[in-house]
Amino acid sequence: MISAAEAIKNYEKITPKNIPLVEPFSRGHRACQGCGEVLALRLVAKAVGQNLIAVSATGCMEIISSPYPQTAWNVPWIHVAFENAAAVASGVEAGRKALIRKGRIADAGAKIVAFAGDGGTADIGMQALSGALERGHDFTYVCLDNEAYMNTGIQRSSSTPYGASTTTSPSGSHSKGQMTWKKNMPMIAAAHNVPYVATASPAWHLDLMNKIRKAVAVPGPAYVHIYSPCPTGWRCGPETSIETARLVVQTRIFPLYEVIDGKFVLTRDIKNPKPVEEYLKMQRRFRHLKPEDIEVIQKRVDADWERLLGFVKATNPEAADKAE
Amino acid sequence: MARRVGLEVSLACAEAVKLANADVVAAYPITPQTHIVEHLAELVADGHLDAEFIPVESEHSAMSACIGSSAAGARTFTSSASQGLALMHEMLYIASSMRLPIVMAVANRSLSGPISIWNDHSDVMGERDTGWIQYFCENGQEVLDLTLAAFKIAEDPRVLLPVMVNMDGFILTHVIEPIMMPDQAEVDAWLPNYAPQLHLDPAKPISMGMVGVPEVYTEAKRAQLQAINDSYPIILEHWASFAKQFGRDYQPVESYRTEDAEAVFVSMGSLSETIMSAVDEMRAAGQKVGVVRIRLWRPFPVEEFTKAVAKADTLVVIDRNLTFGAPAGPVATEVRALLFSQGIQKYVANFQAGLGGRDVTRDQFKEMLAKAQRAKAAGQDMTCEMVGVKE
Repeated sequence: MISAAEAIKNYEKITPKNIPLVEPFSRGHRACQGCGEVLALRLVAKAVGQNLIAVSATGCMEIISSPYPQTAWNVPWIHVAFENAAAVASGVEAGRKALIRKGRIADAGAKIVAFAGDGGTADIGMQALSGALERGHDFTYVCLDNEAYMNTGIQRSSSTPYGASTTTSPSGSHSKGQMTWKKNMPMIAAAHNVPYVATASPAWHLDLMNKIRKAVAVPGPAYVHIYSPCPTGWRCGPETSIETARLVVQTRIFPLYEVIDGKFVLTRDIKNPKPVEEYLKMQRRFRHLKPEDIEVIQKRVDADWERLLGFVKATNPEAADKAE
Repeated sequence: MARRVGLEVSLACAEAVKLANADVVAAYPITPQTHIVEHLAELVADGHLDAEFIPVESEHSAMSACIGSSAAGARTFTSSASQGLALMHEMLYIASSMRLPIVMAVANRSLSGPISIWNDHSDVMGERDTGWIQYFCENGQEVLDLTLAAFKIAEDPRVLLPVMVNMDGFILTHVIEPIMMPDQAEVDAWLPNYAPQLHLDPAKPISMGMVGVPEVYTEAKRAQLQAINDSYPIILEHWASFAKQFGRDYQPVESYRTEDAEAVFVSMGSLSETIMSAVDEMRAAGQKVGVVRIRLWRPFPVEEFTKAVAKADTLVVIDRNLTFGAPAGPVATEVRALLFSQGIQKYVANFQAGLGGRDVTRDQFKEMLAKAQRAKAAGQDMTCEMVGVKE
């Protein structure tokens, strides 16, 4: 099998001049106004194109796209349950592989992409995802991370950031809201030694789409973690989604990077980070935080950034030198 | 030409999957199912079966992967038991409601707790309402034949439902039996490749597993109910065509020495073979007794069963699991409800026997019948009793 680096060497890059016009995920779905998750989903679908076979976990994106007899999917799509998008995708991949080998269906280069939210990925779907990554199925897994169980009404997940108030981690006189630190899913995916892992934000739509292009081009499993603003759950204006998606990167809270064949690449270096407070103050889920709480978050973000740079340096010294 | 071989029943099950040219096997190991999937993995590793073997990380993922692979249009098999089947529970409903023709062998085993790896029917009885076609095998030949037939039934465009082939763990799965092994060419002619009408195909996009709002949910479930009810004559049709091709005939209900029987045992699975021996001994002693074995459990063979027990006035129904807090075990409950709904008066005694691998002897069956007859004569109910409990 060729390396991921080899496979993506000549991938078809998307630029402002050749943004795909296809819409495998059509308009007319029932997502909230300003939903950053459905925007990310649409960009992923555009980047993959009409050869997409989509597998959805239960969640917002599944509910808003498939109220029978209507569907927003212009491509083959299957939803089974909450915790098993990766396992279902394994089956689709294996089934097609067998049928292609036996000459019963044509190999038209279909790309299997599994979609799940942060709960469906970092909590209930973690086992199925880990199994599918370890087994090496040729598919891409996209986590659309809106940092809580939004479909059921804003309950905390292991991907909810420290300090966020949700309906099951409410802030109160005895609580700062979520008291644990966000689970680091992309690093967990990378620990499976899969060919390709990336993080993306819809504020950098070309970067997002090109990462998806690379993810589907590599042989074997790829994991893309997309930050997906949820104005409804985060208690912010629907017009602020892109701004939020930009600030989270500019504050170094959600760094954009790739892991290609185990080598870390910082895809957007943030030389002069904005203070985390700028990001936090835009969303009412953080409004109860006091300056000392924000200080704690700032320190953690700084430390995490240094740690990430350490990974770049350790695995990809050439790129690290260039960044400096 | 078919040939007669001595084979462990688990291996016979795996050989049936090979003869069926399955495209995908997704499975997770659990006692007493392991020999089935080990042999399949071997057949794939040695190139005897051209299939993808997905060694999943749980039974939940096994059934999820089967759903994916069947939706992709591949002939799909898995096998499980006990806790594994229970872990699949959620997915079983989805497989049948999506009308995916998956075939699963279940090596019937008790459920925890206490943990027990031995045979009874508590695993499958928890899954009786999942919408799968379900039947129970009595011996190795039946396991091979009915595993093969399961693909034919499941994939029939008039059916499109998953099929569960039950076989008693250890008692059946781990014994070596003489088995007639059909010829591959003969199987190929009888069971062509699966040709799905709809599958996940970029050339013809479909959405599967959509949201059922209250305006459509009832109708969707009604359509599914219709499908399993309508599958009944088609199951019989394929068993008949199997008999014509391979010479072995299977009926939804099997009767043994019931012609003039005043009392009949009603059972499922391999226990029936012990009951038949007990019946022979009781017959020799002048008792008019027989056995009715329910092979097809879902859809329930209402007409054939009613006919099979028509002449007897006493039924001794054996359940292989408990239904906590209910008046009787699941088989007895259904039999009573069925007879009552048809206005048929019979004395129905229920015994719960053979739990967690406990042997049930011929003498115990004789005692059950004697007990039932004594209670009947005394005008007492025999609602439900556990057999062989050490006090």
